[in-house]
Amino acid sequence: MHEMSLCESVLQILERQARIQNFTRVTKVQLEIGVFACVEPEAMRFGFAAVTPGTVAEGARLDIIRVSGEAWCLTCNRLVPVRERIDVCPACGHELLSPTGGDELHIKNLEVA
Amino acid sequence: MMCTTCGCGDGEVTIEGRDHSHNLQHHEHHHSNGLDSMADPVHRQVTGISRARMVKVEQDILTLNNAYAGDNRRYFAQHGDFAVNLVSSPGSGKTTLLTETILALPRLINTAVIEGDQQTSRDAERIRDTGVPTLQINTGKGCHLDAHMISHAIEHLGLTDDTLCFIENVGNLVCPAAFDLGEAHKVAILSVTEGEDKPLKYPDMFHAADVMLLNKIDLLPYVDFDVDRCVEYARRVNPDIQVFEVSATRGEGLGDWLAWLQRGLQKTIAGKPSTAAGLTWNDNELETDMVAGAAEVNARGGERP
Repeated sequence: MHEMSLCESVLQILERQARIQNFTRVTKVQLEIGVFACVEPEAMRFGFAAVTPGTVAEGARLDIIRVSGEAWCLTCNRLVPVRERIDVCPACGHELLSPTGGDELHIKNLEVA
Repeated sequence: MMCTTCGCGDGEVTIEGRDHSHNLQHHEHHHSNGLDSMADPVHRQVTGISRARMVKVEQDILTLNNAYAGDNRRYFAQHGDFAVNLVSSPGSGKTTLLTETILALPRLINTAVIEGDQQTSRDAERIRDTGVPTLQINTGKGCHLDAHMISHAIEHLGLTDDTLCFIENVGNLVCPAAFDLGEAHKVAILSVTEGEDKPLKYPDMFHAADVMLLNKIDLLPYVDFDVDRCVEYARRVNPDIQVFEVSATRGEGLGDWLAWLQRGLQKTIAGKPSTAAGLTWNDNELETDMVAGAAEVNARGGERP
């Protein structure tokens, strides 16, 4: 549900960037969203479509890049890929993993006119 | 009216039932870092139509929230305020826990509460009955408190120095996990009438919290809730999480929780820059040393001892 406020934050950043980087229209927004970022991509699309009409980003395409999770296995002493916070280590099956990647919530690039 | 500096004031958020006003010059007081650097006072002339191009942004979506959170955190540190952000599902007994905690704390401790709910000020009224300064934020349809609301609350509340400041978030185990408010710790409250597997179902929140408070333990004989398993689940998503088992209504287990709060407050007070300077002055009883003390604090970059 907080995706709506995140979309408002995205829009604030776009409007600021429009002034700083000198553009009037955004045609594509590229977001990087990690699997641990507490964000549902579909809810993000819904929110983005709801907040952008009448703004610099009206009709812009939302391109969401999902960043997979990564964690440090305290038993193997190495980085392992994980899909969820509660995953076990794919190598040794140990449960104590400390996530090191996957909480990204970034605006990467814009396509502007 | 929408505030042009930060874009606030155009939603349904109310503080103490009113739209929050901007006549207190809140943008001039403690939010400074981060926000000023992002401000763009010069509205450049946008020149006609140009071809489509790619623009690099590389910004965190929560940049603005995190800038406010950073300002709040600095404010709390400088004023010796120990802020804890209480998060839970609706019905975990958060407000009762809060009122009982306040009543059980030594009278000497300054306490304040920032109360977040979508609607009504019922919880704030319950807390106000304990006699502590309380401020209600109604988020309207909003599912969480954000750092900007907290900076307004600090100001409206007139938060005193050396204060234990409780922030009771909106009852929701999902969204508040993503929003740093500038608190020292998030405390997740889970009651034994809920499922013991909630840490696994809502891992983001239990990962973000430093403390899990298991409430309503007086009801354990009547419910099917395995405390050890619940703690094990919580440690799976957060190996470092600290656990307190309490019954807010019976007072059971409250001692350790109260001691944790008091230690946190003491550390925060001891770490604030003016305390450090004050101690140097008391030791030497000379005005010149007071200057030296202040210089020493500055030299250490105001860092906590």
